[in-house]
Amino acid sequence: MRQFAGFGTAAQTNERYKFLLEHGQTGLSVAFSLHTIYGYEADNEYALGEVGKEGVSIDTLKDMETLFDSIDLSKISTSMTINAPAAILLAMYIVTAEKQGHSPDLLRGTIQNDILKEYIAQKSWIFPPEESMRLIIDTIEYCTQHVPQWYTVSISGYHIREAGSTAVQELAFTLADGFAYVEAAMERGLNVDDFAPRLSFFFNAHNNFFEELCKYRAARRIWAKRMKNKYGAKKPESLRLRFHTQTAGVSLTAQEPENNIVRVTLQGLAAVLGGTQSLHTNSFDEALCLPTEKAVKIALRTQQIIANESGVADTVDPLAGSYYVESLTNRMEEEAEAYFFKIEELGGVIPAIKANFFQKEIANASYKYQQEIEKNERIVVGVNDFQLREACSTPLLKIDDQVSKVQIDLLNKIRKNRDNEMVKAKLEKLKIAAQGSENLMPYIMDTVREYASIGEIISTLKEVFGTYDEDSIF
Amino acid sequence: MGFEALIDRLLKGDTRAAARLITIAENDIGAAEEIINSIYKHTGKAYILGITGAPGSGKSTLISTLTNIFVKEGKKVGIICVDPTSPLTGGALLGDRIRMKKHFTTDNVFIRSMANRGQLGGLARATEDAIKILDVYGCDIVIIETVGVGQSEVDIFRPAQSVLVLLVPGMGDDIQAIKAGIMEITDIFVVNKMDLPGADRKVSDITQMLELSMSFKYDYENLNQDHAIVHKWTPKIVKLNSKTGENFDNLLEIINEHKAFLKETGVIENYRLNRIKNETLQILKHKLTRKVEGLIHSNPQIDEYIRLVMDKSMDPYSMANLIIKLLGIE
Amino acid sequence: MSENRRIKVLVCKPGLDGHDRGAKVIARALRDAGMEVIYTGIHQTPDDVVNTVIQEDPDAVILSILSGAHNALCPMIMEKLKEKDIDDVLVAVGGIIPDEDKPFLEKHGLKGFQGPGTELKEIVEFVKTNLKR
Repeated sequence: MRQFAGFGTAAQTNERYKFLLEHGQTGLSVAFSLHTIYGYEADNEYALGEVGKEGVSIDTLKDMETLFDSIDLSKISTSMTINAPAAILLAMYIVTAEKQGHSPDLLRGTIQNDILKEYIAQKSWIFPPEESMRLIIDTIEYCTQHVPQWYTVSISGYHIREAGSTAVQELAFTLADGFAYVEAAMERGLNVDDFAPRLSFFFNAHNNFFEELCKYRAARRIWAKRMKNKYGAKKPESLRLRFHTQTAGVSLTAQEPENNIVRVTLQGLAAVLGGTQSLHTNSFDEALCLPTEKAVKIALRTQQIIANESGVADTVDPLAGSYYVESLTNRMEEEAEAYFFKIEELGGVIPAIKANFFQKEIANASYKYQQEIEKNERIVVGVNDFQLREACSTPLLKIDDQVSKVQIDLLNKIRKNRDNEMVKAKLEKLKIAAQGSENLMPYIMDTVREYASIGEIISTLKEVFGTYDEDSIF
Repeated sequence: MGFEALIDRLLKGDTRAAARLITIAENDIGAAEEIINSIYKHTGKAYILGITGAPGSGKSTLISTLTNIFVKEGKKVGIICVDPTSPLTGGALLGDRIRMKKHFTTDNVFIRSMANRGQLGGLARATEDAIKILDVYGCDIVIIETVGVGQSEVDIFRPAQSVLVLLVPGMGDDIQAIKAGIMEITDIFVVNKMDLPGADRKVSDITQMLELSMSFKYDYENLNQDHAIVHKWTPKIVKLNSKTGENFDNLLEIINEHKAFLKETGVIENYRLNRIKNETLQILKHKLTRKVEGLIHSNPQIDEYIRLVMDKSMDPYSMANLIIKLLGIE
Repeated sequence: MSENRRIKVLVCKPGLDGHDRGAKVIARALRDAGMEVIYTGIHQTPDDVVNTVIQEDPDAVILSILSGAHNALCPMIMEKLKEKDIDDVLVAVGGIIPDEDKPFLEKHGLKGFQGPGTELKEIVEFVKTNLKR
């Protein structure tokens, strides 16, 4: 059980982590501030108003050290939700552990590192797709050799669904991404059984109970079949689809927020019945703000009640054999296969991204969904039916704008105290390596050790890789 | 309502005045008339470039890269992106700005999105007015972007001095569209995304077509003139990549070549003459249509004619002739 | 007002959050209600927004912000508009705006505050009835 958290400065988030660990949480999950996600320093023009708002603000290794202060990295497992600059944050994590005296092979955790779904749905890319893929395969290769207990890519359908896709689209597009990573890693010369067991998935749990649980079942089947038949995987762990599930943020309503507790419970139940390995239950106030402590606690309790009181987790695939569940699973599998065929026709995932195939499919599905609600063809309790108009009195957690100032001061201090000549030299080496085809992880780790900021590392890579613009799709 | 104050500001290069005048021209043809009436004598300085192509051919990216080059040369650039209005709702989604690089400052690049508001042909009624306003505003170059998908979207050649048509490797439909009408209006074919497989194939497809039918854009422009000397421009083909800027030198060279051709051969004069004729025709159509519509709904004489047609004692053609008489333009 | 007036609306996403689903759905809904909608895409700085407002001359601007950056971004946009003497454009902000921030934003001239779950027809109606010209 792990809950997504991160806000304000590294020191503030560190406090929250300690609170969560004391309340029985077994792993940590890091959400990053948007400027970190896009590789801008806290004092960049684009970071205005964003510092610490959606997650913890990280500029340099110093912030990472503070984030895990007094937390033994060899004892916990950490999940980091970061994509475009994932290699840099992973490098910072490894170096932080190094400074705690732990060797990388002791580290356990997951880094999202799934850039394809960024182009498809979430939009936080930096470089063009091909260059982004190189960085991902660099991290897969590096971890396979040095951080063997680390989950290298969390192939995510969550955001595809949040962007408005249907359940089948989430299933198909996510697995297509997964196969694209497998193919790219094999092209690099890696053995499928060496890296496949460290790939994991991250799905959404939306409202339609049976559709959701059949989605997970279909995903497991498709993955196992293809890994074995198409990619020649032999280890059972390579065929096994491991997945984390988060309940659908988009299903939460701002009206009567307490109803969200019930929604989350049903969604979590579907995920557990569908065989999820781990679960994040959303806090009921998330449609309004970053979750408050009370709401976070209720969400955690929801999981604990499903796991410990309901008994649903005691049996593997308890709904197997039900005529409805089996036929729905089959149908979803077939529909996903039809999508794979279309994607292949377009030349694969990256060409399909460039042709805006996914983006168009999702935009249409999401507009249709909204229209159904407007026309009352789809009922959302408290929103278009059974409304009760009352003022919302949920207390909200606020991030004050002081955070930005504090973070910028920290950054300036680092800039003053580090060896700037050394930073420059290491960045130059990284640049030269990026122009070639070497694995960039060791070079990134060298820049991180000198307290180069994410902004500086990303700018250096941009000089070589360029950036990417998407066409407008509605 | 007078627009003197706004026009004064426009003449001084005020951006907001330019923007507001375009809005007014879009919303009200009467006002457009007044505006053009007072600024017309100041027009004629801008070079007008038309760019068209199927959705996804990379028009906005190409314009963005071209504009960057023009701006570096110290030029002021106006861009008008015309998109279709939904015939069902009258609304429109205008998304071209997304791909325009945002490091343009307001001082040297003016981008305006425009819905065609149901006008056929690819342009909006007020596009020509907007071009003139941007010309007077001080743009050295005005780029017009339209979605060219078929034979009917060819109006871009009316205001534009050079017309670029964008194609991408792989898409087979565009060749059909070219055969159906785009061919005749094109000065420069641009094969974008030259790194994709099939780029050379596309170039040879176009070359083949060009051999079969020479551009008759310039024949057409001389149609009604006795003893006109027909100067032929053979459409050129450029392969490039608008994202990386590869081969843009080549494109610029050809644009300049075409500009020089227009000037040296005197075709530019024909071109102006035809542009004025065409524009006048458009304005007349618009005005007459409005007048006739007004008449049909309000004139008792016409009600009388309609009853006669209903009784079969008159036919619609005869009624139309009588209405023309009423208008006094027989 | 005149023969062919259409309501022109600018839908913008200032700041870094990439959650453009809401903005796009709103853009489509306004289009379906007969408006001309300019969508600017994500990652707009306050200067980008103001430049676009100047050139496109819309009747209304809808800012969609889900990252919590509204208190920094919105007042800055309003100030820059004021510097340019632009006072006849409706500026609305939607997304995730906590109740307690609304008075502050209202003071800066912002309206709207439609959050997730707002019905599209309500937003269309809001734009139609709050135009300043």
